[in-house]
Amino acid sequence: MNWHSILNGTLRALVGREAIIYSLAAIGLNVHFGYTGLLNFGQVGFMAIGAYGVAISVTTWDVPLIVGVLIGVGAAVCLALLLGIPTLRLRADYLAIVTIAASEIFRFMMSAPSWRDVTGGSDGLTGFAGDFFDANPIPGGDYGFGPWHYSARDLWILSVGWVAVLLAVLLVRMLMHSPWGRIVKAIREDEDAVRSLGKNVYSYKMQSLVLGGVIGAVGGMFWMITQASITPGSFSTIPTFYAYAALILGGMARVWGPVVGAMIFWALLAFTQGILDEAVANDLIPSSIMDSNQAGNVRFILVGIGLVLLMVYRPQGIFGDRREIALGER
Amino acid sequence: MTDAPTDAPALALPDEALPDGARPNPFDQVRSSPGAPKPEPILVADEVRRRFGGLTAVDVRHLEVQREAITALIGPNGAGKTTFFNLLTGFDKPDTGSWTFDDRRLEGLGAHKIARTGMVRTFQLTKALARLSVMDNMKLGATEQLGENFFRALLPRLWNSQEKEIEARAVELLGRFNLTHMRDEYAGTLSGGQRKLLEMARALMAQPKLVMLDEPMAGVNPALAQTIIRHVAELRDEGLTVVFVEHDMDVVRTISDWVVVMSDGEIVAEGTHASIVTNPAVIDAYLGAHHGTPMDRAEQDRQLAEAEAAIEAERQAREEEA
Amino acid sequence: MRRLVVALVAASAVGMALAPGAGAQAPGGTPTTAAPPGATPTTAATGEAPAEDALIVSGNLRYEQDDEAQTVEGATVTVESADGEFSESVESDADGRFEVPVPGPGTYTITLDEETLPEDVGLRNERPSLDVRVREGRANTPVLFPLGFGDDVGRNVSSTLDRFLRLTVQGLRFGLIIAMCAIGLSLIFGTTRLTNFSHGELVTFGALMAYLFNVTFGWHILIAAPLAILVATLVGSAFDRFFWRPLRNRGTGLIAMLVISIGVGIAVRYTYNLQFGGFNRAYRQYSLQTEGLELGPVTIVPRDLFGMVLSILVLVGVALFLQRTRTGKAMRAVADNRDLAESSGVDVDRVINLVWAAGAGLAALGGILQGLSEQVSWQMGFQLLLLMFAGVTLGGLGTAYGALVGSMVVGMVVEVSTLVIPSEFKTVTALFILILILLVRPQGILGQAERVG
Repeated sequence: MNWHSILNGTLRALVGREAIIYSLAAIGLNVHFGYTGLLNFGQVGFMAIGAYGVAISVTTWDVPLIVGVLIGVGAAVCLALLLGIPTLRLRADYLAIVTIAASEIFRFMMSAPSWRDVTGGSDGLTGFAGDFFDANPIPGGDYGFGPWHYSARDLWILSVGWVAVLLAVLLVRMLMHSPWGRIVKAIREDEDAVRSLGKNVYSYKMQSLVLGGVIGAVGGMFWMITQASITPGSFSTIPTFYAYAALILGGMARVWGPVVGAMIFWALLAFTQGILDEAVANDLIPSSIMDSNQAGNVRFILVGIGLVLLMVYRPQGIFGDRREIALGER
Repeated sequence: MTDAPTDAPALALPDEALPDGARPNPFDQVRSSPGAPKPEPILVADEVRRRFGGLTAVDVRHLEVQREAITALIGPNGAGKTTFFNLLTGFDKPDTGSWTFDDRRLEGLGAHKIARTGMVRTFQLTKALARLSVMDNMKLGATEQLGENFFRALLPRLWNSQEKEIEARAVELLGRFNLTHMRDEYAGTLSGGQRKLLEMARALMAQPKLVMLDEPMAGVNPALAQTIIRHVAELRDEGLTVVFVEHDMDVVRTISDWVVVMSDGEIVAEGTHASIVTNPAVIDAYLGAHHGTPMDRAEQDRQLAEAEAAIEAERQAREEEA
Repeated sequence: MRRLVVALVAASAVGMALAPGAGAQAPGGTPTTAAPPGATPTTAATGEAPAEDALIVSGNLRYEQDDEAQTVEGATVTVESADGEFSESVESDADGRFEVPVPGPGTYTITLDEETLPEDVGLRNERPSLDVRVREGRANTPVLFPLGFGDDVGRNVSSTLDRFLRLTVQGLRFGLIIAMCAIGLSLIFGTTRLTNFSHGELVTFGALMAYLFNVTFGWHILIAAPLAILVATLVGSAFDRFFWRPLRNRGTGLIAMLVISIGVGIAVRYTYNLQFGGFNRAYRQYSLQTEGLELGPVTIVPRDLFGMVLSILVLVGVALFLQRTRTGKAMRAVADNRDLAESSGVDVDRVINLVWAAGAGLAALGGILQGLSEQVSWQMGFQLLLLMFAGVTLGGLGTAYGALVGSMVVGMVVEVSTLVIPSEFKTVTALFILILILLVRPQGILGQAERVG
């Protein structure tokens, strides 16, 4: 068993691209669910609409990437409004169902053959990320130390990504420590009480939905731009649940919770993937039980079980407070 | 009324809170009948009705609430008091009805809009925001906060000084309600009585013109209740109008300027506490035929004892005066 | 509790080790049936390119007749470019294969001349003309013309009324299946307030169990199916008893339960994927029926007819059970108002357990019927989950009759909408309807009006 490579992979995953993507997705989800109590189960939909907003506007209408990003953000705002208007006046479960439905609808639409010309159908799109990589100021070469060796291209990706994460964290921190944040947190406790004090609960829920959705969309854009291609298959329901796992792991309603949660989540995934791969490669696990293709399935199974165990035994995650959870359970 | 009767329970107002003749009693000229007009009404409600399935929960033909006075809303369980509260404050939609607050028509407005006009309510089942601190609960109550706007929230300079003012007011109110020592605790760790106090204090942070309290004394120990009563009377003297639902007749007798009695969704009587207690319609409401759920024996006994005690206390009071 | 969770993990590990792995024998001759929404059509031969740098469009013309695969020779296929400048026709060879070389990448229209098909053979989807996109670097672009034999064919350009009737019947069939699966979902929500995001896995469980008994063990489906339903009922009951009830007793919050149900769904679904494999499979009997019975203007395959009748009988039975029997009334009481039911002497825990058992059994039956019509796959239940939610929300969350009514409507909408909307969007339509309903009448058709913000 090549422990060295397993460890390397784990450490790289700790600060890698996926950790960035899911930090952003989880920060957005934290705004929705952690702070405001909105049951958004379609976070992947926001990621998708941001990513497709960029990809389509750059490839089809030939706008510069920056403009594409703005369009992606705008699309996310529209989606939030579209989802929020019918459901924010209703019970929480309704938002859950509608958000899942919406993200699935969006995925269908993007893979539909009828609209292939614009969306690329199930094959997707490429060729929209040029501006991003052209803007890389880092001269070519090899950077880093220990397990963290990066090319100039990768270093650029990670730098931009982590800066984006930091900005998102800062934004959320400022908002949640303000009177605006106080209202949103109160809404999670009891909407009627907040209404009785003269605050427009519906409007605040909508603002929260938009904010979290936009941050999620930025995560989706980062994902696809740095991948330089986009396919609808990436936006199944799985990313939403990864984001939830990361959020709960780190601790909800905590500013750094989603980031640390995402980092550790991906480190753990890399670790288990590494162990499984090595075990299969070294015949420690006979291939009649599992071959390397199926290790992917095992990964998902572990995520599912992990989520259950987390909710049962440590729902407060890493940074959370057990007392808060106890107070929240009614 | 002169001195408080000496053998009455210790819920008497100290003398200085009720100086004789210092204020002309606005209720002197008011008829003791349901829907009686008041000299300076702050809240006027007409034809407010609400049915649930086949049951009429509220059917109020007319009600006027005198401003800067304390009005008690009493009645047996299920009379529709809380539902009426919900309708007036926008937490429920009536089938018909209109009402005005300070001459502003309120029917059709959402709950938060009504709260902003200056009519604030508390809840029968307290809604302390459990995972917020007591201080945060209080600060939430303040109105017109600059920092509550999404964009302004990002620039603390814009709202920092206002925040400090709000905090100062909150500290003062918490002191009045004996909650200072809990200011940084999660509101969810408060006892039931403390939560009632928090909710009341929080409502007062909004500097309302009319505050509607739903059973504010339930679960509060008698000594503290006395303090509260004193504060509420002070607030009334400072210009606040209070409507409160209460079951404890002693509280009602001690503090209310006017009493409204509901039964089966309708207002069956209005008047001062003295006139209410001997009003046959009121006694009938508490003891009489109940359409719907039969009262169990214990409940019947309890209500009978209540009414008898009230009558007895009144009789004794009149004897003392004689 | 801790021990039970460890047991669960250990059980899944053991399960993974013992059961036959994926990729084990696949039954011969999977027919070219229409794939579930979102899946790409199964390609025919991935042929070697005939010449270097040449781009071709190709396909296989095949159909099933009496459970045997047949090929179509000599049918004409024409490929035209979008600008009309290029046009080429070929005939299918003895293996049913056709190849048309195209000049370059782009969009082409490929048309199958139905007149050149043998008698009684026709297109199953009434799309003789398709658009294909040929990409640079992709030597072969496969095209699928799904063909069928006999009355299973929509070849005759039937009148809109005929199509409407046929789709209505299909919608009815589909709606009945959704209804059966959804009753459990609705009642579980009603009695425990749990929005069970893993309910689809119960549907798949029934279908997979039946597959195990039918294909792997070799028993006839008429024996395998009831057995599978029985197993599912027991599993449903055990699931509640040993997993959900302890969680409830612990005082786990509703939202935590919801997230837990999601985690369970993921874990179970991918265990299915691990064991069963990613491919669609069919049962040994009745899956490949193509000859339909004619009932007036409508043609229906005997299997589907039987399925519908069975569904109706079962659903009527469930309705009578809920209405007439003491247990059924207790179930409705608990779903309506749990505390009141409890104070009336109802053993709530037992009722909830029965709800889980019955719900799982019904879901299993629904899964088996769906597997007979549309093939078995590891995520078939999950794909139905959204439609179940749509049906239950439409009908009224928490009521059994609501689930029934709402699911029927959803099933109908999904099928009948293909009259005007391309069939790839039909699931999407149902979801749109769901959102619309929430705008207009959030409590659903039969639900109780709630005070909402």
